Amino acid sequence: MNYALLVLSSPASGHGARTAVRFAHSAIDRGHTIERVFFLDEGVGTGSQAAVFPQDEADRLAPWIDLAEQHSVELVLCISSALKRGLLDSAEAERYDKAGPTAHPAFIVSGLGQLIDAAARVDRLLTFGG
Amino acid sequence: MSTLRRKRSLLVMRHSPYGSSLARASIDLALAMGAFEQDFDLLFIGAGVLQLLDDQHSEQLGVKNSGKTLCSLPLYDVETVYIDAASLEAYGLAEQDLVLPVKLLDETQLSTVLNDCDHVLSC
Repeated sequence: MNYALLVLSSPASGHGARTAVRFAHSAIDRGHTIERVFFLDEGVGTGSQAAVFPQDEADRLAPWIDLAEQHSVELVLCISSALKRGLLDSAEAERYDKAGPTAHPAFIVSGLGQLIDAAARVDRLLTFGG
Repeated sequence: MSTLRRKRSLLVMRHSPYGSSLARASIDLALAMGAFEQDFDLLFIGAGVLQLLDDQHSEQLGVKNSGKTLCSLPLYDVETVYIDAASLEAYGLAEQDLVLPVKLLDETQLSTVLNDCDHVLSC
């Protein structure tokens, strides 16, 4: 089955984001496809390459990067949610004259059209958090 | 031969308009779905019914007025705006307090609407 995920949970609060990435890995292990993960609202915090979490806690970023790099899952941060929260890719950092990108390069910063497009094509759209 | 059918989505609005940014995210999603000519209906439930309140003064909070933004939805060909009758009643509101014409749903109709769409989207 082909899935798209919508992640609304912050990586720093609750467990929605962690559940989402664990679901994605399990689904892929069972032969399903995760076409795209769209991060919206507080969910965009997952894409931060500047966030530092305690060393004795699970890594919030690595399992997502693994999805993108090993399984070609598209990770998309909603641009309007991301900009408000200081998550910029290099193009946006340049456009708004900021010191540098804060979003990890495994993530794309793009619009809600990416969510709508995925929802129209996949078999299931699953929402985490909210 | 399978027939290609456009998917029908239901966007569920269940957050109060200014308590967090989630209501704003849902409204943005509704507008984007309208702009991308998707087939979808809206369902306001729980604290989400407050997004539709007429006479909001959000300028005092320094943010966009959810009621005014939602008013533009008919321009985007949104099929139906459903509202959970019990939620409306719980907040002591009536249809005339809202910015858009809505279709009230009782409990049975609510589950039918939720079952009849391809995707349920909720922020």
